Amino acid sequence: MNTPSNLMYAKSDEWFDPSNGAVGITDYAQNQLSDIVFVEILVDEGEEVTAGKPIASVESVKASAEIYAPASGKVGAINKGIIEKPEILNSDPFGDGWMIKIEGGAQGDLMDSAAYEKHCEERAH
Amino acid sequence: MNKTGGTIVEPTIFELSSPGRLGVRMPASDVPETALPQKNFLRSELPLPELAEVDVVRHYMRLSKFNYSVDGGFYPLGSCTMKYNPKINEDTCRYPGFLYTHPLQPIETVQGNLALVYELQEWLKEISGFAGITLQPAAGAHGEFAGVLIMHAYHKSRNDTKRTKMLIPDAAHGTNPASAGLLGMSVVTIPSDARGNVDLKALEAACDDTVVGMMLTNPNTLGMFDENIEKVVKLVHDCGGLMYGDGANLNALLGIVRPGDLGFDVMHFNLHKTFSVPHGGGGPGSGPVGVSAQLADFLPAPLVGVVEEAEDDVPPLYGFVTPKHTIGRMKAFHGHFGGGLVRAYTYIAMHGPDGLKDISQYAVLNANYLQARLRDTYKIPYDRICMHEFVAEGQFEGSDVRALDIAKRLMDYNFHPPTNYFPLIVHEALMIEPTETENKDTLDRFADALIKIAEEAKSQPDLLHNAPSTTEFGRMDEVKAARELVLCCWLPENYETMK
Amino acid sequence: MTFIPISPNERDAMLKTVGVKSLDDLFDAIPKKHRFPKLDLPPALTEMEAAAHLSEMAQTNENVREHMISFLGAGAYNHYVPSVVDHMLRRGEFYTAYTPYQPEISQGTLQAIFEYQSLMTNLTGMEVSNASHYDGATATAEAVSLAYAQFRGKRKKIVISPTVHPQYREVIQTYSQGMGLEKVGDDESANAEAGPEALMSHVDESTMLVVVQYPDFFGRIHDYTKLIEDAHAKGALVCIVANPTALIMLKTPAEMGADIVVGEAQPFGIPLWYGGPYLGFFTTKKSYVHKMAGRLIGETVDSRGQRAYVLTLTAREQHIKRERATSNICTNQGLLALASALYMSTLGKTGLQQVANLCYQKAHYAASELSKIDGCDLCFDEPFFHEFVLCCPKPASEVNEYLLEHGIFGGYDLGQDYSSLQNHLLIAVTEMNSKQEIDTLVEVLKEMSHE
Repeated sequence: MNTPSNLMYAKSDEWFDPSNGAVGITDYAQNQLSDIVFVEILVDEGEEVTAGKPIASVESVKASAEIYAPASGKVGAINKGIIEKPEILNSDPFGDGWMIKIEGGAQGDLMDSAAYEKHCEERAH
Repeated sequence: MNKTGGTIVEPTIFELSSPGRLGVRMPASDVPETALPQKNFLRSELPLPELAEVDVVRHYMRLSKFNYSVDGGFYPLGSCTMKYNPKINEDTCRYPGFLYTHPLQPIETVQGNLALVYELQEWLKEISGFAGITLQPAAGAHGEFAGVLIMHAYHKSRNDTKRTKMLIPDAAHGTNPASAGLLGMSVVTIPSDARGNVDLKALEAACDDTVVGMMLTNPNTLGMFDENIEKVVKLVHDCGGLMYGDGANLNALLGIVRPGDLGFDVMHFNLHKTFSVPHGGGGPGSGPVGVSAQLADFLPAPLVGVVEEAEDDVPPLYGFVTPKHTIGRMKAFHGHFGGGLVRAYTYIAMHGPDGLKDISQYAVLNANYLQARLRDTYKIPYDRICMHEFVAEGQFEGSDVRALDIAKRLMDYNFHPPTNYFPLIVHEALMIEPTETENKDTLDRFADALIKIAEEAKSQPDLLHNAPSTTEFGRMDEVKAARELVLCCWLPENYETMK
Repeated sequence: MTFIPISPNERDAMLKTVGVKSLDDLFDAIPKKHRFPKLDLPPALTEMEAAAHLSEMAQTNENVREHMISFLGAGAYNHYVPSVVDHMLRRGEFYTAYTPYQPEISQGTLQAIFEYQSLMTNLTGMEVSNASHYDGATATAEAVSLAYAQFRGKRKKIVISPTVHPQYREVIQTYSQGMGLEKVGDDESANAEAGPEALMSHVDESTMLVVVQYPDFFGRIHDYTKLIEDAHAKGALVCIVANPTALIMLKTPAEMGADIVVGEAQPFGIPLWYGGPYLGFFTTKKSYVHKMAGRLIGETVDSRGQRAYVLTLTAREQHIKRERATSNICTNQGLLALASALYMSTLGKTGLQQVANLCYQKAHYAASELSKIDGCDLCFDEPFFHEFVLCCPKPASEVNEYLLEHGIFGGYDLGQDYSSLQNHLLIAVTEMNSKQEIDTLVEVLKEMSHE
């Protein structure tokens, strides 16, 4: 399992990049969901979002999940690429699989990579 | 066109088509000809298949042979009640008087239909202990939606508008939260205790004046009758909530106990499960709803009632009545009359009170017999006398075989697999509902197969991972289906110039 | 013990294996005071008695094949069903199977429904069809749910034509109680006789969906192209409720630009059956497929490289999405979708065109003859297909009573739903109505107008 140390993590398996405001789902999350076939972004560019509120919905072959904002702020950009090709969330969750960017982001209740790894391990049992 | 690149086992009806081939002909017109509307009102082409009758028959005959069915074998699909469907139902529902009556005919000309609907309403009341019944909903989920609408309307009529919480046990079917979600209610999940009952402490903690009600399947999806059912109902009622019964598992209760007597306020029936309406490869179903007296005025409209009482030798006149505070209409016309209600009526008429009790007693006996035969081989996480179904774990210590593999391997033994991966609270669940229409030999053969498969899981696990191997088709590439989304086919591109 | 195949000896052996003494001992978990209620139901009938009893009930009805001449339509139509349809439906492999959750042993149902989807998309011209809904009314209500989900609740207005089937509009009302929608266009003050252009005044930037019917409830054929263009300019979706028999002949809703095309497919191979079960078809554009309720069959391959079919995009559905699902639907009308696929296949392109043409010709002959009667007139000038409104010299209810005495179901009394249309009969004519039946209707109405 990959958990880049420059990112911050939410309990609900989203990552947040404090350097540019990018948001996505973690490697652990994409693995749990398995083959992702549909992504819907629930917010528009310029919209204010609140940490903990739904920003996207993801469907895989066998499951569905809501994605929550890890930070509050204004939606600066939306990644159209993942809407066209949802499988990017499986193949590159921390890179091309970014979902939205949140500007002026005030982080919600987030963990560093070490704490998040522990959080994932606990759930494996 | 073969979009996904697989070898063709049976061509589609479009691929079988040939330009100029004729099927069933219609008579020539017997009226003077009228010109068609102007061309801009007409379609330019009609790209539909052209086949002869024999082509159609053979195509669908071949397709039918790819299906497993109750007529063909044992179908122990948990919570689906795949019982044998009596053949007489197929005749009665096709009597011309039922088949050829229009839903908008004057009531005087359809007294046979209306009497049947009225009597069936009365019978279902008697069987379930409810004061009011609608036969309008088209399926279980549709009845459930009607039931939740009724609960919503009841609280609204009392200006009790802060009630927005629906309590739903963790063993519930996903339809329950979806129905509540349609009315914007929030769902509070109530855990089960170690004996498979509703956890009373958790329930008590969740009960307050914001509760719409509780949606409970009883017996639940573990096949357990809740041993504290009266306490559960009381807790919900004491906080002002209503008790919703999911009637999916009613096959265990006919002549055994009436949900209305237990204090349930609303319940939907599944005529396609309990009362032998065939499942039809996924519908049509039929989902009547029963309610207690305080909710009768909220039922969907219209209901069938007596509009003129009987007098001496004149029978009563049946017609339509609209409940005073009705939630409205759930579908056009009067419910699944022909395909649902006539079959269920026939079935109940042929059973009578004692026959109905036999159904549930033997459904429960068969489930317990199978459970007893499998107990030493498969872990039964909630192990007590079950009702009409039980749940086993489809996994073994030290083996990577999963419930899915066991399910698929059963096909090689010519059985339909049980429901798997449900309920969610059991790991690798195999949910087994034999129904009352199976004999001891079938149950023994099924138990023997499952015991043999447990051995295979240890000795030859690949047999299971690669199952089924004896069926016409193997496991499916579901990712490809979802990614490529080929959802329809067409006539071949060069169709007009073919042949 | 009607359908229970267990002998007393086998029962006793099984009870012993379970470890209880009697059947009643299996029910100790049931509260004792409510256990084993005595049900007050009639005693059991044998098969022979049940057949006779049901037959007698059926014969109490006056049916449209043996007793009555019928011009009733209004959402349910008397069409001929080729013999093949029911013969194939009665194969136990089809009608006694469950939902095709195990695709390896359900390819018959799966391919048949995939073909149904394909037939429906080719008929409507749309890109995708689901595996069907309960009926035309509920399919229409599901179109509202799709639009609501598509705009994520941010648009909350629907504009409904007053000439959408009144019962369909009632069902939309019932279904949408939790959405907080604003519904306009079909209230009491609406001019039901106006054309589609009247609806545009209601459409604005908060409109999520416009619902119209084709042909409309009065049988009129409108070209909705302009309405759809204008609605799209405001960002709204448009749903057309269509009659499948009419679509055989008429310009497709897809050509007009519709976003969703739904309707009642009962005319395609399903008996009148006193109102059900019928078959709601639902077709739309591919871009809305994730917001569409209901089952969906997709093509794939199996582990042996064979073309095969599976239920796909199931994560949209209630059993996974639970309270976040667009709809709580579990089933479709599987067997009836098969019936309509059989109907379309057996008649084929040519047979279907013959049916549509017969409906059109006979309806126009009837309209022409009826309008010659003193005091009777066609209410509308627009083109129609197989249903039209006749203005009568007295209330339609009285006309129908008179016709009933002469063995005729005259038509649907529009006064029941439209207070301004008390003298108006909605008359449907299909291939089942002979010239002689039409002439009888005309004769009886002539007699009435002379009385």
